Amino acid sequence: MSVLQLDQASRWFGNVVAVNGVSMTVRPGVTGLLGPNGAGKTTLIALMSGFLAPSAGTVTLDGEPVWRRTDTYRVVGLVPEREISFGYLTGRQFVRASAELHGLDDPGAATERALRTVEMTEPADRRVGTYSKGMRQRAKLASALVHDPAVLLLDEPFNGVDPRQRLHLMALLRQMGADGRTVLFSSHILEEVEQVARQIEVVVSGRHAASGDFGQIRRLMTDRPVQYVVIADDDRRLAAALMAEPSVVAVSLRPGGGVDVSVSDFGSFAVRLPRVAREHGIRIIELTPSDESLESVFAYLVEG
Amino acid sequence: MNRTVFRLSAQAILGRRRGLVLALIPAALLVLALLVRALTDAELGVEATVGLGLSLALPLVALLASTAVLGPEIDDGSIVYLLSKPVSRHVIARSKFAAAWVATMALGALPVGIVALVVDPSEPRRALAYGVGAAVAGTVYAALFIALAALTRHAVVVGLLFTLLWEGLLGSVFAGVRWLSVAAWGREVAGELSPLVDDVAIGTAYAVIAATVVTLASLWFTGDRLRSFTLRGDE
Repeated sequence: MSVLQLDQASRWFGNVVAVNGVSMTVRPGVTGLLGPNGAGKTTLIALMSGFLAPSAGTVTLDGEPVWRRTDTYRVVGLVPEREISFGYLTGRQFVRASAELHGLDDPGAATERALRTVEMTEPADRRVGTYSKGMRQRAKLASALVHDPAVLLLDEPFNGVDPRQRLHLMALLRQMGADGRTVLFSSHILEEVEQVARQIEVVVSGRHAASGDFGQIRRLMTDRPVQYVVIADDDRRLAAALMAEPSVVAVSLRPGGGVDVSVSDFGSFAVRLPRVAREHGIRIIELTPSDESLESVFAYLVEG
Repeated sequence: MNRTVFRLSAQAILGRRRGLVLALIPAALLVLALLVRALTDAELGVEATVGLGLSLALPLVALLASTAVLGPEIDDGSIVYLLSKPVSRHVIARSKFAAAWVATMALGALPVGIVALVVDPSEPRRALAYGVGAAVAGTVYAALFIALAALTRHAVVVGLLFTLLWEGLLGSVFAGVRWLSVAAWGREVAGELSPLVDDVAIGTAYAVIAATVVTLASLWFTGDRLRSFTLRGDE
């Protein structure tokens, strides 16, 4: 049972702060590291895997700093986002090299076990250069699993993986978490994280935006004010009428036509909007959510 | 040394187009030697072909081999797959050097001796001396260029500039450069082994010590750079 601990860990590159004062504890089980692209997820995984020194704060595995400690890799398996460039090796040779580098007693058996685990036995004799993205991901995972690590860190493991393989990978991660391994994976897709991890750490712009059970985070995300653009045949009258609604927290007229509406309770707003329009004799032409992007959801979490 | 890293590095040298280019360099030198033997006087011929081998072919082979074992993996970050293992980074550096060294000896140093023998078969001792001198210089080149690959993404360009400008042009214009020229150290060692080889008057002890210091320092530097390798995302 291994525990990764970040205590006020920061990392900056020149003037750019990639990770800012992040404290989190990654315990046995599956943890999802969720955040939009550019949030600092890769930097955090690099810090956790000893491939980056924190500019401030500490990163420890079972109480020992991980930076520049090659012994750490006896218990850590890393699946980086970086592609494998060992295109001249077969999948089996690639995984076997990992087994040998770990100094395992029977690298051949460990290789076959890891290949079976990720369902890569059949194409293992093909060169890595001929693999699809999904196959390369599985080869990377097999290489990280070959020494049966207590801690597994995966950077965007589902990128480019087809749906069937994705389900298999997800089941595998869940099983590893259930077996008591400390598994952390990063993703920018909420649904992916939801299907695999109960414990979620959200990072946005290098900051630790939220932490906890997925249900809590999901509620935080869905309870946020939502922005809509409503276009009607009389925008000004619609704006005045909407302002009287309790579910609406802000209204403004758009210069090119239409009304920006900020809604605190989407359920009530969805019921009230057509009624308000009918009561005031206003015709609604268009209703569009204007901030459904993941980034806006994350931004809300940071501000909240 | 780690045998797995050595094997992977050897595959990196041979498994890419570099392997072909690497083989072409000594082949071209050998063809040149045959031409020289057919067309000119042996004494002049040996000096010209061995000179070309020591100052151009050998460092080129060392440069291509050394950068092949480290440069691409550092460039694209895939070296993380090697470094995320419980193997000392200095051991990884030494193992990669060993693979580059074997290639440099086989395709750079050995051909220098063979070329000397081809042009003038009557002086095997001189050929052996040139071969040993090339081995000394090749060892330093391989270590130096592997450190360069660990230092910069532009190792091939910097290495070429070093070879052509420092070892080639400046070395032939300014006599003082010989004190800091790898090819000169090799030539000095060769001069010690055969009276037919003109040494460069820096002293064999100096040449050997300088070659040893630069080789060891380069290897230590490479290992240290690998210890400090940082994984960065595209973000």
